[in-house]
Amino acid sequence: MSAIHLPSRQGNSRHSTTEPAWVRRSLIAIALLFIGAFLVVPLASVFAQAFAKGAGYYWQAITEPLAVASIKLTLLTAAVAVPLNCVFGVAAAWAIAKFEFRGKSLLLTAIDLPFSISPVISGLIYVLVFGGQGWLGLYRDADHPWFPWFQTWLNDHDIKIIYAVPGIILATIFVTFPFVARELIPLMQAQGRSEEEAARVLGASGWQTFWRVTLPNIKWGLLYGIILCNARAMGEFGAVSVVSGHIRGETNTIPLHVEVLYDGYDFAGAFAVASVLTFLALVTLAVKTWVEHKNAALNAATENS
Amino acid sequence: MPAKNIVGKKTRVLPGFHLTLGYTLLYLSLIVLIPLSAVVWKTTSLTWHEFWQVVTMPQALAAYRLSFGVSFLAALVNGIFGLIVAWVLVRYNFFGKRIVDALVDLPFALPTAVAGITLAYIYGPHGWIGGVLEPMGIKVANTRLGIFVALTFIGLPFIVRTVQPVIEDLDPELEEAAASMGATRWQTFWRVIFPVLSPALLTGFSLSFARALGEYGSVVFISSNIPMKTQILPLLIMSELDGFQIGKATALAVVMLVISFVLLLTINILQWWTSRHQQHN
Repeated sequence: MSAIHLPSRQGNSRHSTTEPAWVRRSLIAIALLFIGAFLVVPLASVFAQAFAKGAGYYWQAITEPLAVASIKLTLLTAAVAVPLNCVFGVAAAWAIAKFEFRGKSLLLTAIDLPFSISPVISGLIYVLVFGGQGWLGLYRDADHPWFPWFQTWLNDHDIKIIYAVPGIILATIFVTFPFVARELIPLMQAQGRSEEEAARVLGASGWQTFWRVTLPNIKWGLLYGIILCNARAMGEFGAVSVVSGHIRGETNTIPLHVEVLYDGYDFAGAFAVASVLTFLALVTLAVKTWVEHKNAALNAATENS
Repeated sequence: MPAKNIVGKKTRVLPGFHLTLGYTLLYLSLIVLIPLSAVVWKTTSLTWHEFWQVVTMPQALAAYRLSFGVSFLAALVNGIFGLIVAWVLVRYNFFGKRIVDALVDLPFALPTAVAGITLAYIYGPHGWIGGVLEPMGIKVANTRLGIFVALTFIGLPFIVRTVQPVIEDLDPELEEAAASMGATRWQTFWRVIFPVLSPALLTGFSLSFARALGEYGSVVFISSNIPMKTQILPLLIMSELDGFQIGKATALAVVMLVISFVLLLTINILQWWTSRHQQHN
């Protein structure tokens, strides 16, 4: 997702050259058939299957204790991961967009890394750090631990990371790491820094400049980044699956709960819980379309003035 | 475009450079770089011989072939249909266009596990599509065809969203010039439009391919995950992890990471090429 930027909506109205009508109609038909078969049919099928056993069964499936526990865990995970990555995204965008320094493109590539890594590996690396045979885990009882204070502290407080909630949160932070930064960096680079510099020259403090000048300029991009980050945080499956340990009612997030139900042949239940995530995805798409519309209007306004 | 520093590098008017860059580097190191380096650390606990044995075992070779082959085919199909979808969305008007445009991003927004169970169900024997295809003798669920369907689903937005802005920015004068000089529409497309679109198309193809190689959630349900037959590379790593073969899993992860980095480099070069192309036009 990293490399995709919002396309600028400025269709050219003058077509002195176009295809014959039959070509146009066939191409539209092919596109609609492809979208229909690959996107609309799955989408419709989620809701059809979710209500296959009636609304009563649907309600029961999403309110039973194990489902509620998974919803709570997913909300907790997103509530930690999204704000952390949001603060990081704003800080990184400020440093990268407003200043020149060496190694910037290397830094940009490093920020993108989690996008190009398989979710399975994203989970695996945390097992390698915190797991039983891992970097820290190996030295749990060793005579010369590498990180004695950290390991002792974890042991003293009986904190588990892998196959427990902290591991799930860490893996989620990793896979959603670039979202906010990737939205804000191109946006803030395009906006330049003259407005902030003017505010500073007029006597505003750094924080005032950020809150009163920068933030209003980036609010839609920031909102979009947060929405994308949140959608992925709530929906991540592969990475979380590696570090979760699959303890029902304790370390199962919503997607993992869906897997348990599906593997247990409770299809109506699985699709009922999945429909909650599907609804979230549709809201994400709606917000995306709305933000793009806002941005297009904003661009048109600045071009006309 | 990054604004050029007019004031000069010695006097920074804006505050917070050290704070934000410092925080960025710290957070990046803690969350991404240090955990990633654990892969290198774990690999060094294997001898070269052990490492080589793991990454060339028959199951692994079959998984590379399957992953590369199916991801390539899925990206290719997406390249063709994604180009058509992008073209139709930019150039033509039809009923429901804005909804289709919004829907293109569904595979980005839909959690992979949801995509996985949905595709497995509709292409299964009782599903809307599988129920039609299976009596005709075409089995999708639990076969390689199923993996292909899942990887096509998740890769579609990459092509459309990379090619769409380039079609929007096409200079109509080029097409008009070609037409006025007597080129047919087909010639104009192949000789004038397609060369301009091809870097973006190639970028989209690579992004789609890279995503397909690493995909796990949408494939695990629709594939039967039989070693040597329908087990893609991420699923092989997962099965090693489930068997607590962390060393083996790490060795295979190294292979995947190297492939990912090569692809990332290719994509960056392609994008640089695309943006240079666009500036020229």
